[in-house]
Amino acid sequence: MTKARLTRLGLGVASAVLALLAAFAITSLVLIAAGDPVGEVWGQLLSWPEQRNWANIINNATVLFLSGLAVAVSFRMNLFNIGVDGQYRVAAFTAAVVAGEAWLPGYLNTALAILCAMAVGAIWAGIAGVLRATRGVSEVISTIMLNAIATSLVAYLLRKAAVREEGSNALGTKEIPEGSRIGGLPFGDFEIYGFIIMAAAFGFAFWFVLNRTRFGFDLRATGQSTTAAVASGVSVKKMTVAAMMISGAIAGLVGLPILFGDAYTYGSTFQSGLGFAGIAIALLGRNNPIGIALGALLFAYLDEQSNPLQILVGVSPDIVAITQGVIVLTVVISYELVRRYGVRLEQREVARALATPSTDQPEEVSA
Amino acid sequence: MTTSGYTESIAAAPRARRKLPRWWFAAALFGLLLGLSLLEQVTGADDLVSRGTVAATLIAVVPIMLAGLGGLWSERAGVVNIGLEGMMILGTWGAGYFGYHYGAWAGVAGAIVMGMLGGLVHAIATVVFGVDHIISGVAINIIALGAVQYLASLTFVGLPGGGQTQSPKIEDVPSINITFLGDFFGDIVDKNIFFVSQTAAVAQALVTNLSWLVVISMLLLVVTWFVLWRTSFGLRLRSCGESPSAAESLGVHVLRYKFAAVLISGGLAGLAGGFLAMVASSNYRDGQTGGRGYIGLAAMIFGNWRPGGLLAGSGLFGYSETLGLRAGGDSVHALLLAIAVLAIAAAVWQARQQQQRAAIITGVVAVALGVLYFAIDEVPSDFSTMTPYVVTLLVLAFASQRLRMPAADGQIYRKGSAG
Amino acid sequence: MSTPATPVAETAPATAEIAVRLRGIGKRFPGVIANDDINIDVRRGTIHAIVGENGAGKSTLMKILYGVQPPDSGTIEINGAEVSLHSPADAIKSGVGMVFQHFMLADNLTVLENVVLGAERLHGIGAKARAEVLRISDAYNLGIEPDRLVEALGVGARQRVEILKVLYRGARIVILDEPTAVLVPQEVDELFGNLRELKAEGLSVIFISHKLDEVLSVADEITVIRRGTTVKTVEPQGVSARQLAELMVGSELPSPSTEASTVTDEVLLSVSGLSLPSDEGRPLLDDVSFQIHRGEILGIAGVEGNGQAELVESIMGMRAASSGRIELAGADLSHLSTRERREGGIGYIPEDRHRHGLLLESPLWENRILGHQSRPPSVNHGLIDKRAARKDTARIIEAYDVRTPGPDVLARALSGGNQQKLIVGREMSGEPVLLIAAHPTRGVDVGAQAAIWRHIKDARRNGLAVLLISADLDELIGLSDRIEVILRGRFVGTFDPEDVTPERLGSAMTGAGEDK
Repeated sequence: MTKARLTRLGLGVASAVLALLAAFAITSLVLIAAGDPVGEVWGQLLSWPEQRNWANIINNATVLFLSGLAVAVSFRMNLFNIGVDGQYRVAAFTAAVVAGEAWLPGYLNTALAILCAMAVGAIWAGIAGVLRATRGVSEVISTIMLNAIATSLVAYLLRKAAVREEGSNALGTKEIPEGSRIGGLPFGDFEIYGFIIMAAAFGFAFWFVLNRTRFGFDLRATGQSTTAAVASGVSVKKMTVAAMMISGAIAGLVGLPILFGDAYTYGSTFQSGLGFAGIAIALLGRNNPIGIALGALLFAYLDEQSNPLQILVGVSPDIVAITQGVIVLTVVISYELVRRYGVRLEQREVARALATPSTDQPEEVSA
Repeated sequence: MTTSGYTESIAAAPRARRKLPRWWFAAALFGLLLGLSLLEQVTGADDLVSRGTVAATLIAVVPIMLAGLGGLWSERAGVVNIGLEGMMILGTWGAGYFGYHYGAWAGVAGAIVMGMLGGLVHAIATVVFGVDHIISGVAINIIALGAVQYLASLTFVGLPGGGQTQSPKIEDVPSINITFLGDFFGDIVDKNIFFVSQTAAVAQALVTNLSWLVVISMLLLVVTWFVLWRTSFGLRLRSCGESPSAAESLGVHVLRYKFAAVLISGGLAGLAGGFLAMVASSNYRDGQTGGRGYIGLAAMIFGNWRPGGLLAGSGLFGYSETLGLRAGGDSVHALLLAIAVLAIAAAVWQARQQQQRAAIITGVVAVALGVLYFAIDEVPSDFSTMTPYVVTLLVLAFASQRLRMPAADGQIYRKGSAG
Repeated sequence: MSTPATPVAETAPATAEIAVRLRGIGKRFPGVIANDDINIDVRRGTIHAIVGENGAGKSTLMKILYGVQPPDSGTIEINGAEVSLHSPADAIKSGVGMVFQHFMLADNLTVLENVVLGAERLHGIGAKARAEVLRISDAYNLGIEPDRLVEALGVGARQRVEILKVLYRGARIVILDEPTAVLVPQEVDELFGNLRELKAEGLSVIFISHKLDEVLSVADEITVIRRGTTVKTVEPQGVSARQLAELMVGSELPSPSTEASTVTDEVLLSVSGLSLPSDEGRPLLDDVSFQIHRGEILGIAGVEGNGQAELVESIMGMRAASSGRIELAGADLSHLSTRERREGGIGYIPEDRHRHGLLLESPLWENRILGHQSRPPSVNHGLIDKRAARKDTARIIEAYDVRTPGPDVLARALSGGNQQKLIVGREMSGEPVLLIAAHPTRGVDVGAQAAIWRHIKDARRNGLAVLLISADLDELIGLSDRIEVILRGRFVGTFDPEDVTPERLGSAMTGAGEDK
């Protein structure tokens, strides 16, 4: 690793730390203003989790990781898929129905359901991609609309496809047969989602495709500069649709660890809101799989550790939602500040490294 | 990230904007009423224009419209605000807390102030720090949701009727009741005369139990139009959304106007939340906004970033929401017929405009809707819930060339960019 | 400090006549000196031209005079009183108005709204303001319709709105930054008519340009700026365009020179009947046909905005032409994508390297891949070979003298000249048969300029066909084997660089030759 890359990595870590410290400070101020015991809250949040909690954290992080990954694909292309929320719900519902019907035996059924989920997620996000590429409609607004449409659509279809459980008001799809479930991995005395292996594989694939393939290069180039990408021979319309569909396909996986590892059915109480956390995590992790994994762990950790706050110190666990939201802002601000510092640093470095003095000075580039 | 707004212009030749005559609003209202009366006659659905429907529609329209107004202020100054939802959420808590402790009008003020706090965060992030408007909006929605849940359990637990997810009952905002007029119109309604009774139903709804907050909100719409389009403050504010560098080159303090616009935007969104807590309901409840911030945004886009259009958009969305909730599938089912007829009319118009392809598409949609009308007896409520979103997507997809958002909407502006 | 570096015009005017006096103005940007010891006197009731090459510091100077940027040193006197301008508002208060090169108009507002914006205190925003706009429009013969949307106006009308904006604020000193760059000749004449009317009313006009014939025809005094400093102030009567050009360019600049011809008979690029319609009706390209041979440099001369960019983008496949045929070495390109055309052997040095040539936030080795995503050595079978890309980047850095510590540096950190050298090296590395070079030395330093010229000549010697587009007429004349002049999307004349002067080219470019 060269010095330039090392410096960049160092700056990246520094900006994340800066953002977290700022979020820490702002949360503390909120607690102080509300008259809550700051020290005790942080004492609980920062205490070492027990093994059972660790298992929960890892499970939760697996789900958030996938969500962050889905958002990150679009971010890399400078698109804004804030529709992961709708995409994963439509997809998870589809997977639940397909797996519940069990047209195929055993793991074939699982594979089919996963493929269906990815396809449906890709199509749902693809609508926004096509609208953007052909009609110039901002993906931000179309994915917001599609999120809401997904909510109504799934509610409607759920009522059509639902099987009412005995003695319960909850609606749900048919349970996935045992042979098609994804078993847990042993984690001490507990188990974690077996799906984590797939999540890790997708994380690796994400890194490989984006950084080692021509397609990934085209995608990143388009994200950095549409004009330069066009001049280099990239078809931006195709890339737009492709990036949104890939993002949607990954989004389609978000609900599956829960579906195949825990719930076995899609019901009206299926966890929602995972998509927005994904945005925060992708930003925090700088669209990089390892960063996203760390970000997902942090968010899952905060969620898990905040659960007993009400009982232990009488503070609402929702305080960490404030922290998580604040992190989004501090992360963006601190990355920008550190980026500017990094550019200055590098320009100075370049000037110094040049053996022969040149009259030609670094050019100021207006952002 | 680039967020250059909602649509990119795709080789759209600028269209000359036709000025609407002054009486267009009255004419539109008249036509609408006539159409709905006719529809009641034809389909036998009797709840399309009843006093109850009109009153409920007003209650449904106002929060959407206020949120949309918030969006209008912000976006006219060039700041995209998808944090409206979060600012509304803050408003619901503000109304609950201040309304319970200090009375109805304090609740209104509290809602506005809480919304403005959200606006302040958005303004600091986007205007001062140059954070991408969408990211900031998403962050505010996350923070607001966490904040009100945290605040609710801090402030409402232990109060009579209050708890983690709801506030105690808030005192009512005063409302207008002109009993003798109400009775008079009620008599006419009962006579069941075509169109007259429907008009009377609307009039009756306007004099019976009409919350002052509804009246104030409608006034805010007019005030917004006047300030933005008839004062120099408004001109400057709009210039920041159209061409901030031009504005700065003429000595306008762009960042100040953007800041002010986002604060006002937050205040209006907060009021929208307050309205939900105090008029549409009688206390703060968790999840009360139900995505209405987004619908407000959609109504504003539907309305082409103009107050009149916004009113039409929120009217449409509010009405479909009301019908879905009230008579359920019956009324929405009746509307299907109306839409089918309208679509046929549109297809004919398009055909005469030499837009054959568009005419064919519209015609097919019209026939499909007509068939649907006769094939089913009831539209599931889920579909009326998604109406606003589908309509907005369709408008963006098929009429985006007619939409004209502020030219510099969503762009990050740094001081000194002139020249 | 107070001593001017170069004497102002022989007959030093009395202070009372001076509308604007600049003394020792200096302005630095990080790493760049934009202005250094600028001294200018502008007399009242005159048109004072400021000429200089692109990047000589004219625009920076005008931004200082209009309060957009503060100077680092020096003083500004307006009507004899020293002023300090911290914002455009200050400048407006001092009676200075500015018409920017890129119009400062909001398309979606009406003309009236654009005019009164920021000056609402004067006459409100209603009927009174409208009356005042019409009064000024009539007084100076500007022909303004206050209630039209600006987006519906043409370029000339927009410029008149800009001028009216300035007059509406009561400006007595009007700055115009490159006002003719976007105008067609008739519009230029109208503009000059307007300017003379302003002068007749006793206003002072500061006119910035690099077009010498225009300057000579309209200005009362001309100040030449070179490399950020004032060189000389002259009167148009006693100076020729040639002399002005020498003052602008200076003598120390290298000049490109042709070598023995290497033109062959083999046609590499053949364009026939290329047309491109525009939304406004007048085509962007109108039946353009030409050929470039192996070993030949074809130069395209023209005022910016006459179809050069569109021509390049059509050949690159970045826009679809409505009709016409493009062949590269006998193969039809018309239906190929940009990528396929690049693979077919087109190298492209874009006009705007930041927008079209580089990924500024990526390291140099990734920039090496850009435009060559489908070709070895950097990419094999759809996979990126990072090691090979870095190695080849190192080769380019070495061969093209790109001043950088190594291939891992971000492109943003490099100077403009070094960025451009990297681009040239990259575009030459795919074994191209055709090199399209659009303004290849724009905004680069003298050393890099000479190097890039040498590389283009080497390419020609190695048998490439080169399409060279440039606004620098000396560059065109010095490098090209043949020069075509483009005007309003059409080729209007062919010149042999051996016996053409910048003046003749210039008049062909503006259509002045058409009448004869």
